[in-house]
Amino acid sequence: MGAAQVPAYLPLLPEIVLGLGAMALLMLGAFRANIGVRVVDFAAIALLVITGAILLALPGGKLESFGGSFVVDDFARFLKILALIGSAASIAMSLDYAKQERQERFEYSVLVLLSTLGMLMLISAADLIALYLGLELMSLPLYVVAASHRDRLRSTEAGLKYFVLGALSSGMLLYGASLVYGFTGTVTFVGIAQAAVHGGVGLIFGLVFLFAGFCFKVSAVPFHMWTPDVYEGAPTPVTAFFAAAPKVAGIAMFVRAAVAAFPGITTEWQQIVVFVSIASMLLGAFAAIGQRNIKRLMAYSSIGHMGYALIGLAAGTAEGVQGILIYMAIYITMTLGVFAVILAMRRSTGMVESIDQLSGLARSHPTWAFLLAMLLFSMAGVPPLAGFFAKFYVFLAAIKAGLYILAVIGVLASVVGAYYYLAIIKIMYFDEAVEGFYAMPIALRVVLGVCGLFNILFFVYPGPLVGAASAAAHSLF
Amino acid sequence: MTSWPILSVVTFLPIVGALFIAFLPDDEAGVRNARWTALWTTLVTFAISLIVLWRFDPSSPDFQFVEKAHWLGGAIAYEMGVDGISLPFVILTTALMPIAILASWEAIQRRVREYMIAFLVLETLMVGTFCALDLVLFYLFFEGGLIPMFLIIGVWGGPRRVYASFKFFLYTLLGSVLMLLAIMAMYWSAGTTDIPTLLHHAFPRALQTWAFFAFLASFAVKLPMWPVHTWLPDAHVEAPTAGSVILAAILLKMGGYGFLRFSLPMFPEASQHLAPLIYALSIVAIIYTSLVALMQQDVKKLIAYSSVAHMGFVTMGIFAVTAQGISGGIFQMISHGIVSAALFLCVGVVYDRMHTREIAAYGGLVNRMPIYAFVFMVFALANVGLPGTSGFVGEFLTLIGTFRVNNWVATLATLGTILSAAYMLWLYRKVIFGKLEKPNLLWIKDLGWREITILTPLVILTILIGVYPKPVLDFSAASVTQLIDNYHHAIGTVQAAALTR
Repeated sequence: MGAAQVPAYLPLLPEIVLGLGAMALLMLGAFRANIGVRVVDFAAIALLVITGAILLALPGGKLESFGGSFVVDDFARFLKILALIGSAASIAMSLDYAKQERQERFEYSVLVLLSTLGMLMLISAADLIALYLGLELMSLPLYVVAASHRDRLRSTEAGLKYFVLGALSSGMLLYGASLVYGFTGTVTFVGIAQAAVHGGVGLIFGLVFLFAGFCFKVSAVPFHMWTPDVYEGAPTPVTAFFAAAPKVAGIAMFVRAAVAAFPGITTEWQQIVVFVSIASMLLGAFAAIGQRNIKRLMAYSSIGHMGYALIGLAAGTAEGVQGILIYMAIYITMTLGVFAVILAMRRSTGMVESIDQLSGLARSHPTWAFLLAMLLFSMAGVPPLAGFFAKFYVFLAAIKAGLYILAVIGVLASVVGAYYYLAIIKIMYFDEAVEGFYAMPIALRVVLGVCGLFNILFFVYPGPLVGAASAAAHSLF
Repeated sequence: MTSWPILSVVTFLPIVGALFIAFLPDDEAGVRNARWTALWTTLVTFAISLIVLWRFDPSSPDFQFVEKAHWLGGAIAYEMGVDGISLPFVILTTALMPIAILASWEAIQRRVREYMIAFLVLETLMVGTFCALDLVLFYLFFEGGLIPMFLIIGVWGGPRRVYASFKFFLYTLLGSVLMLLAIMAMYWSAGTTDIPTLLHHAFPRALQTWAFFAFLASFAVKLPMWPVHTWLPDAHVEAPTAGSVILAAILLKMGGYGFLRFSLPMFPEASQHLAPLIYALSIVAIIYTSLVALMQQDVKKLIAYSSVAHMGFVTMGIFAVTAQGISGGIFQMISHGIVSAALFLCVGVVYDRMHTREIAAYGGLVNRMPIYAFVFMVFALANVGLPGTSGFVGEFLTLIGTFRVNNWVATLATLGTILSAAYMLWLYRKVIFGKLEKPNLLWIKDLGWREITILTPLVILTILIGVYPKPVLDFSAASVTQLIDNYHHAIGTVQAAALTR
């Protein structure tokens, strides 16, 4: 806590810049309609980059503000950078889609920016009030962008469903927070940690409600029901956005709350996380097998991936958190890369979403097919691709923590999960070619290329990411 | 010792060739260049691996040409090295790759560039598996090989290729993930994944048993052992000829290599305790799969089942933990690598001409293909284990090695040699002898120059190491002796501890 000399607003500088910038872009879009949506979009990406740069330029170590309810430590830095990357890539990936579908609205980028602001607040939140504020700021724009195709039934349905269920989960979370407050007399994580040493049924009650809300946000079983419908119904770039950045923020809040606020009752919440993790992995593996729509499949895939990431939390150790961080970093690249291909599945008849439409992609678009195949192998966790290391580190933590049953179920679920990833590769490589797609827009090419190469070449030089994740994890303990 | 990382060069050179092919244009010239690039890459790799062989000191049991570099942080490093147990497999791999490429020269006409890339990547992963001196690195190479093999079977395979490729992939993955968990448990127990250190690490008894089963799950599928061998006939039958060659000659050997490198030295107590289980599985494999082979209608399936039976000798010999048993196991693997590869090539020769592998579709080939008949005979007899061929040495050594430890097992295993004579000679009679009655066989051509080039070195090797096996055996002798000494030392320590208690 030697950082008390730093002015209290400095740790918030990235958020302040992002917030002011987002509002400025809102004004620009509303009052200068002739400037064009493109400018707002590019400005939004630039703003995210600037925010990231400021974040990295902040003094090192642990910074606090607002009496400790806003914390910038290595953990927060790591995840904030991930969230910013996810958001920036999502905006870039939406450019061409919006043009093709005649959905060019400047509000989209601004809403993404505001949601990202919420994520950054959430990642740094160190008390329950800040956590709730960040969560709502993140979620409300998400409800709106899910329904952004407002004249399309599926999109509005997705938005409404997401909103109703999201509101319900927020309610549960608030109820849990109020119980925790009632039994500990404080809302700060540090205070709760001190008060919670003795446990007690009431506190655990609150904890369960709190975790239910977290599980909803990261779409972990049994609070995953909304995911397939919202993923399928929302416009595809929005789905890509949902699958990446908010998951990072959700996991961040889950981990920080569990580790910072309830270290005294680790054995109690560990049981919950173990159950959630196993259920998510199994559901993600088995339910995805029957899917024909690639967005629905990605929804189940993401449920499964959250299950794997939560293995790290179940371990409840610094190694576990390190595993989660590596998992999330690699998960983001895999997801964005796959969505780049999904967004490029466009023919003269419009967008297609059925997996069978990828038939023979290796003939019609060999480069896409290769990169997508590598991303899918990576998702399946096959070495030497990055996805293997993601799973490696969480399982490593689980084994150290003695969670053998969890680890065995996890690896077995990963074999089941490999089946449906292989099924897509089979369609691309073994089946006869159908009509090709339109050329891939440049932004998608960049995203696919970067994500694909990252996953293929990660094993060559894994040191930096592993080291950064280790430092970030240890900042929590 | 060496000024440049020669093992890394051998391992990663094929990837360089693959990258080069990836940038060739997709036209006729590009396809031609892809073939030649692949061939030259594998030949150069082979040449460099011969330098390793030449500079290798067989009198030392230690790892040589060791390279170490920082990798994942912690105690997980990039570490490569070979000893007398792993080097023969490295050479086997690099030697067979040019042959596999040549065997695909005309058989593969579709997506040639991708095919060559897949093979070169596969070579890197196979060589890496045998050279890796870190458990995680080993796992990386070991499992990574699934990706190219999956594509080779699935894209260039036969009619049931999708089923076969999925079965191959999921079966192998299922076995291996459990090994991964065992590797992690070993890491936390010993604090490192460095193989040379772990070879002398005494793991607690309970961990040994669990880890033994986890490694067994992986290696038994890979080898394959009965009853988890069922993926092999499917994969062999559907894979293109070169795919079957590599699968039989090298990928299967990873299982046997794994037993020698990990199971025996790292879990000696569990190995001793569970050896009867391995014996039982080996005997069932030898007898049962030989009987199954007798009933096959498809040439490739027959050879596939015979592979399972021959691998039964390997596991039996290894777990006897006698000098003859282990040396014989290694020799049997090398010999089977050559012979089964050659048999699949022989099947490929007639398959390229007739496009069928039905035994019933052939007959009387000796009339039109005398050279082929001779070559096929050499390998058929080597597969039977006729004295004077390499197959005899391996089977004989594993049998005497086992006989010293367990008479019954060795006696039952000899039944396998009789059965193997039955099915191989039956196959040979059906395909080669008899009247040339099938009208479409009348104009079948004998071996071309390319096929002769491929098969000649294999014929020479089969007979040479069959008549004079000493060089091969000497090569691994020091490492095998050390392995056995360490094993008995570990067992002895435990028994002494039990006595004093």
